[in-house]
Amino acid sequence: MSATPLPVPGPATVAVERWDPRLTRRRLYGSIFYGACLASIIILLLTLFLILWDVLSQGLPWLDPQFVTGVPSRRPEQAGIFPALIGTIQVVVISGLLAFPVGVGAALYLAEYAGNSRVTRALRTNISNLSGVPSVIYGIFGLALFVRVFGFGFTVLSGALTLTLVILPVVIIASIEAIKAVPDAQREGAYALGASRWQMVRRAVVPAAAPGMMTGIILAMARAIGETAPLILVGAFTFVTFLPQPFEGGYTVLPIQVLDWATRPQADFHGLAAAAIIVILVLMLVLNGLAILVRARLSRHIQW
Amino acid sequence: MNASAARRPLMHRKPASERIMEALLFLAAAVGVVTTIGIVAVLVYETLEFFSIVSPVEFFTGTTWSASIKPYTFGVLALVSGTLLVATIAVVIAVPLGLLAAVLLSEYSGTRVRSIVKPVLETIAGIPTIVLGFFALYFLTPNILKPIIGDDNIGTFSALAAGIVVGVLITPLIASISEDSMRAVPRGMREGAYAMGATKFEVVRKVVFPAALSGIMASIILAASRAVGETMAVVLAAGTKPQMTLNPLESVQTMTAFIVQISLGDTPQDSIQFKSLFAVAGTLFAMTLVLNLISNRVVARFRTSYE
Repeated sequence: MSATPLPVPGPATVAVERWDPRLTRRRLYGSIFYGACLASIIILLLTLFLILWDVLSQGLPWLDPQFVTGVPSRRPEQAGIFPALIGTIQVVVISGLLAFPVGVGAALYLAEYAGNSRVTRALRTNISNLSGVPSVIYGIFGLALFVRVFGFGFTVLSGALTLTLVILPVVIIASIEAIKAVPDAQREGAYALGASRWQMVRRAVVPAAAPGMMTGIILAMARAIGETAPLILVGAFTFVTFLPQPFEGGYTVLPIQVLDWATRPQADFHGLAAAAIIVILVLMLVLNGLAILVRARLSRHIQW
Repeated sequence: MNASAARRPLMHRKPASERIMEALLFLAAAVGVVTTIGIVAVLVYETLEFFSIVSPVEFFTGTTWSASIKPYTFGVLALVSGTLLVATIAVVIAVPLGLLAAVLLSEYSGTRVRSIVKPVLETIAGIPTIVLGFFALYFLTPNILKPIIGDDNIGTFSALAAGIVVGVLITPLIASISEDSMRAVPRGMREGAYAMGATKFEVVRKVVFPAALSGIMASIILAASRAVGETMAVVLAAGTKPQMTLNPLESVQTMTAFIVQISLGDTPQDSIQFKSLFAVAGTLFAMTLVLNLISNRVVARFRTSYE
C-alpha cells in the first residue's frame, strides 16, 4: 500500500479559456422571439381587419332603410330583415330577463350562502362544466324539453328559454366575480348594524356588485345575439315573412337569416348575408357600449 | 362559544323571510344542476332508443356515414374523424398564436402593447362564429387559400378553411388562460433567473414557461374542447361530406355540422335520421365533457402549486 503522493499544484499548463457569455447571440434570440410575439399579434390584428373589411365591403352596398324594414324575398333587391330583427330582439330580451334573476340568485347563493361543503363544490364544478357544453347540445335539450315535453312548439318562447340556459353559466360566473370583489368590510358593517343575512346581501352586497352583474348580463345578451346553433334546433325557420308572435307560430333570428342567404348560390344573397352580419355587429356594439355606460353610472357612488 | 350558546335561544329560528329567500336562491343555483341532469337524461334516453334500431357496435366502429342516401349507414367514426381533423388544424394554428400573445401580455406588456393586444383578443372572442364561417367561405378560401394552394387542389369547402377560422376563434381562450397562469408565476423566480445573468427570453423559456405549463396545457385542452363543439363556422366552411380523411384540403362533415344539417332539413322527427342526431350529440357531449374534466383537473393542480 503505497501512499499516493498528493498532486502538487504546479505552474498552470492548461490555458483556461475565458468564459464567454455569448451575450450578443443570446440577445439576438431574444429579439427574434419578441419579433415572433409581435408577429402573432399582427396576424390576429390583420385577420380581424380582413374579417371586418370583407363583411363591410360586401354588405354596405345592400344596407339601406328598405333592407332593415323589409321582409325576406326571392328577389335580393327587395329582401329585408325586419322579421329576423324583431325575432332576435324578442329572443334576446326575453332570455336576458329570465337569465338575470336566476343567474344573480344562483351567484348570490354560491358566493354568500353556500359554505364549502361537498354539495356546493359540486354546484360550482357543475357551472364551469356547463359553460363548456357546446351550445348546439343546449339546442337538443331545448328541443326535447321546451318544444316537446312542455309543448311550447317552435316559438320565440322555446328559443328564448333555450338561450337562457346557454347564457346562464356566463351570467353566474360574471356575478360571482362581482360579488367576490365586494370587500368584507361592507358585509361586516351591515351585520354590525344588526342586519340579517338577507338584509346584508340586499343592502350591502347587491348594490356594490350591481355594476359587475349588469355588465355580465348585458355582455351575455350581446353574445346571445350571435348564437345560432341552439336556435336552429328549436325551430327558428329560415324563411319568415311575418312578424313573430312570442308564444305562437314560427320565428327567425338574424344569424339564421345570414345562414340562409350565405348558403344560396347567387352572389347577391351573399351581399345580403354580409349586410345582415353588419346589423348583428352593430347590435352587439350597442350592447357593449351600453354595458360600459351602465357600469360607469352604477359605480359612480361606490367608494371603498 | 359560551356567549353564542347563551344567545342561541333568542335567534334559534330564522324569520320566515330569511328562510324563503335562502330557499329561492338555492333554487336558482339548482337550475344548473337540473339542466345538466336534463341534458344527460335526454341524450341517454334518445341514444338508447337509436341503439335499439342501429347496433352500438356498428355506430361506434363503422367508418361510413350516410344518413340521407340509401343504404343508410351510421358509422360515427366518419363524423368523429372530420371533427378531429378540423379541431387539430385549429389547435395547431391557435397554440403558437395564443401562447405568443400570452407571453406578450404577461412578460413584455408595456401599457401601449397591452392596449392593442387586449382589445384585439376580446373582439375576436366576441365575433359570432357564423361570421367566421362566412369569412372562410367568401374570403379566406377564394382570396387566400386558392391562390396559394391552387384552384384545383382545394374546393369551396375544406377542413383547412374551417380549421383556420376555428383556430382564430379559440386563440383568445388560449391567450387569456395562459396569460393568467404565466402571471401566477412568482416574481422571485424570474428575479432569481435574472440574477444569474439570464436574458429576458431565457427567463421566459426556462423559468416562466415551465412553471406555467399546467395552466398552458389546461388552456389548450379547453380550446380543443371548444373547437370540437364549434358549430356555425364549421357548418359554412367544412361542408357536408362525411368521410374519413387526413387530407385537410378535402371537405368533411363534423358532428356539429351533421346535427345542424338534419335539423335544418325537413327530416321527420320520428325517422331514423332524426334519432341518429341524438346519438351523435351524445358522442359529442361525451367528448367535450372528458376534455373539460381533464382541463379542470390540470387547472386545479396549477392553482395549488404557487399559492
